[in-house]
Amino acid sequence: MTDAHASTGVSMPQVMDADRMSRALTRIAHEILERNRGLDDVALVGIRTRGVPLARRLARALREINGDDVPTGALDITLYRDDLMRQPVGPQPVVRRTEIPFSIDDRRILLVDDVLYTGRTIRAALDALIDFGRPRAIQLVVLVDRGHRELPIRADYVGKNLPTAPQQSVQVRLQEIDGADDVVIEGEP
Amino acid sequence: MANRLLVKGGRLVDPANGVDGAFDLLIEDGVIRRVGRDLPASDAAVFEVPAGCIVAPGLIDIHVHLREPGQEHKETVATGTASAVAGGFTAVACMPNTEPVNDHAGITEFILKKAAEARLARVYPIGAVSLGSRGEQLAELGEQKAAGCVAFSDDGRPVATALLMRRALEYAGMLGVPVIDHCEDPSLKGDGVAHEGLFASVLGLRGIPGVAESLMVERDVSLAELTGAHVHIAHMSARQSLRAVRAGKERGVRVTCEVAPHHFTLTDEALDGPVKYDTNLKMNPPLREAADREAMLDGIADGTVDVIATDHAPHHADEKMVEFDRAPFGIVGLETAVPLVFDRLVHTGRITIRRMIELLSVNPARVMNLPGGTLAEGTPADVTILDPAMPVTIRAAELRSRSRNTPFDGWTLRGGVVSTLVGGRVVHAATRESHR
Amino acid sequence: MSTTASRRQDAPSAGDLAPASLRSRHLLGIAGLDAGEITLILDTAEAMKEIGTRSVKKVPTLRGRTVVNLFFEPSTRTRTSFEIAEKRLSADTLSIATATSSVTKGESLLDTVRTLEAMAPDMIVMRHASSGAPHLLARMCRSAIVNAGDGMHEHPTQALLDAFTIRAHKGRLAGLKVAIVGDLMHSRVFRSNLILLRTMGADVWTCGPATLLPPGLAQFGGRLTTSIDEAVEGADVVMMLRIQQERMHGHFFPSVREYFSLFGLTPERLRRAAGDVIVMHPGPMNRGVEIDSAVADGPGSVILEQVSNGVAVRMAVLYLLAGREGQGGEA
Repeated sequence: MTDAHASTGVSMPQVMDADRMSRALTRIAHEILERNRGLDDVALVGIRTRGVPLARRLARALREINGDDVPTGALDITLYRDDLMRQPVGPQPVVRRTEIPFSIDDRRILLVDDVLYTGRTIRAALDALIDFGRPRAIQLVVLVDRGHRELPIRADYVGKNLPTAPQQSVQVRLQEIDGADDVVIEGEP
Repeated sequence: MANRLLVKGGRLVDPANGVDGAFDLLIEDGVIRRVGRDLPASDAAVFEVPAGCIVAPGLIDIHVHLREPGQEHKETVATGTASAVAGGFTAVACMPNTEPVNDHAGITEFILKKAAEARLARVYPIGAVSLGSRGEQLAELGEQKAAGCVAFSDDGRPVATALLMRRALEYAGMLGVPVIDHCEDPSLKGDGVAHEGLFASVLGLRGIPGVAESLMVERDVSLAELTGAHVHIAHMSARQSLRAVRAGKERGVRVTCEVAPHHFTLTDEALDGPVKYDTNLKMNPPLREAADREAMLDGIADGTVDVIATDHAPHHADEKMVEFDRAPFGIVGLETAVPLVFDRLVHTGRITIRRMIELLSVNPARVMNLPGGTLAEGTPADVTILDPAMPVTIRAAELRSRSRNTPFDGWTLRGGVVSTLVGGRVVHAATRESHR
Repeated sequence: MSTTASRRQDAPSAGDLAPASLRSRHLLGIAGLDAGEITLILDTAEAMKEIGTRSVKKVPTLRGRTVVNLFFEPSTRTRTSFEIAEKRLSADTLSIATATSSVTKGESLLDTVRTLEAMAPDMIVMRHASSGAPHLLARMCRSAIVNAGDGMHEHPTQALLDAFTIRAHKGRLAGLKVAIVGDLMHSRVFRSNLILLRTMGADVWTCGPATLLPPGLAQFGGRLTTSIDEAVEGADVVMMLRIQQERMHGHFFPSVREYFSLFGLTPERLRRAAGDVIVMHPGPMNRGVEIDSAVADGPGSVILEQVSNGVAVRMAVLYLLAGREGQGGEA
């Protein structure tokens, strides 16, 4: 593990570099193809914010392997969060647009997110998707699974399993948003 | 019972008799017996005037709404006169817009009876010009004067037509009594609730232009000139009105005018303050713009303004706690006048203490032909003792008035009333804690 | 950016946090908002707009919250817009129109609202004929207050949806020439729009008959003219205000015919504007009085879009204010 330095100059252990991230996504793309026996009715929906570029990268990888374009959308789950309006402190997250320019009825939807932790984000995403239509199946793709689930949710495709302590946090950085690709852990175990 | 009181110490300011200095007052049986230096006490009770205080002829507020009969939930003669003496006023003239309107002798007698029962400030009723103040038919001015009215007014409204005003001036002039007009052109006032200007526009409130007042002032000045009678302009607020009064006086017209403390203290900008649409800032005429306030201050200083009168207009809290449009016009003023005059006029150097006494005592007596405004030997012992340096915090909850509608709650001012004597009796004395 | 070790993964990450709340817990007017807050509302409305394109036009965000629409002035358009916005956020909504309420029995405004409050609504959306009525409530009552129009004073959600519409077409507000024409004196839509557009840096031209110009307008800001041709010249946006025919009784203008001839927006007059000008109107329109039908129905007209944007903007306002509730009730 090499150390990456955050802008504060504090050293944070890097658990994945750009190379490993890329290979993980390629491996996941193959797994998706194998499990779904092709891409006929498959669509990708990335959960904002970092799930969206990951979904796009997956779509590119799938096209390179398989040749087909997979419809890709972006889902903002802010309005479905179970912790909205309950916190007495702090600014709220900004609500962004959801853009799913295709019907999700009867499709197999691959939900894509960067980190799977308590599972509440995914629960919110499931509620949101079901308001959009009735998919045939929903599968979950995450780059990192850090454990500590609070709801009965599991990922179908995982880039890396990463045991963490609750007081730590996992940061995924992506070229499209943060200017670099890596995954780092903050805090002491 | 021979009752002797020696008011000792302090600075006696009696402009009507040209007295200003360290003089004592000896009062006997409610009358001023002697004015002189270092008078001996002998068997008299002694009232020690604190150092630096002013001994003045009793202050007189010639524009007060006592609300009785008919609106006792806002104020009564008893609570109103208690408020008056707490404010340093030994006498008030009360307006006729009661329920029913004071347009005949019986109501005047009722008011005087209530005042006698209260035994606080003297009350001089003002009778209505027209029946019910409806502006249609002249009221029995002669009967009203005989019952005790000292002036006539349809206050709350202007005297409705030029013809009626002319006749009223002629008739009242015959009786030797002034007509007081609430100057306002109804068509220009419309359903306005605030001064027509930037702040009313910003807040979306219908405006009343200054010209609505001055147009009527000009009418009244012309009619006073025509008839040779005395017209007194109530609660003047607009600079255009001041110009008209000044021009009239220069021509020798018998016109006098009064300004209320809120019109030389506040402007319409207050409406857009931290508390927006505060109905304690709603009165008629409204708070005007800075140029109007400046004109009122100039007029007070240069003598164009004869009298400071409060237009004390109590309203029950429930009535004021509504949307701005619906709230009744008016604020209380008896207990805030003296501190405001000291703080905003005397201590700023605009006027002298002598001028202050003229505005609050000498001139009101002269304008309304009232006894008072003087500390001459043989006159009733109505005396107000003032402390120019007294720190005063206005607390609405502690006002003696039955109502609390004042915009000055929480204001800290310098200058207040130490004690008020009516007919030689101490009817008010400020305690150390309750600086009024 | 704090990195509290105990922060949950699900909490918003660094790039998502912006000034994402409004300073006040009420929306009484545009006057209380700064440019950042206005932008926040418009950005949030963008996201809300998409919800209206789904087949299930609902999100659970205000589930369990109660919003009361208290309309003391009749209004179908605004009230319906708020109701739809509230329902799309899954709030429980209740509308009271005064014809059937206790106000007609002489109950005061404060008592009417306090009675309502005893039933614990979370928010009250109010339209009232008196300027300043919502300010009175905000001082004296517990609920969060949304001003849906108070007398001649402000109509903040209208200005916000107008700004949203302009931004959707022009990409920005700053630097645009916006002409507002009509009964400026009595219009709360005008006041709110003037404040908002100037806060966002637009070049506002206001136009109306001399009898209907609010005193002191020159100090408000913006350029003032009694010539509609001058106002419309080169304008990027032309906003026409409704003229009430009852105003003739106050001698504000002699007739509807003359008003139209001097101040009506006709296709000929509109040609003086910029090539891609958009025409707006808060509605309801008096065709042939302030605006020609050809213009109202013409290619530059965005009048119906304003209406549909109204729902998204109101959803954004309700969401942002509801989120403030837990944050210490301070007006």
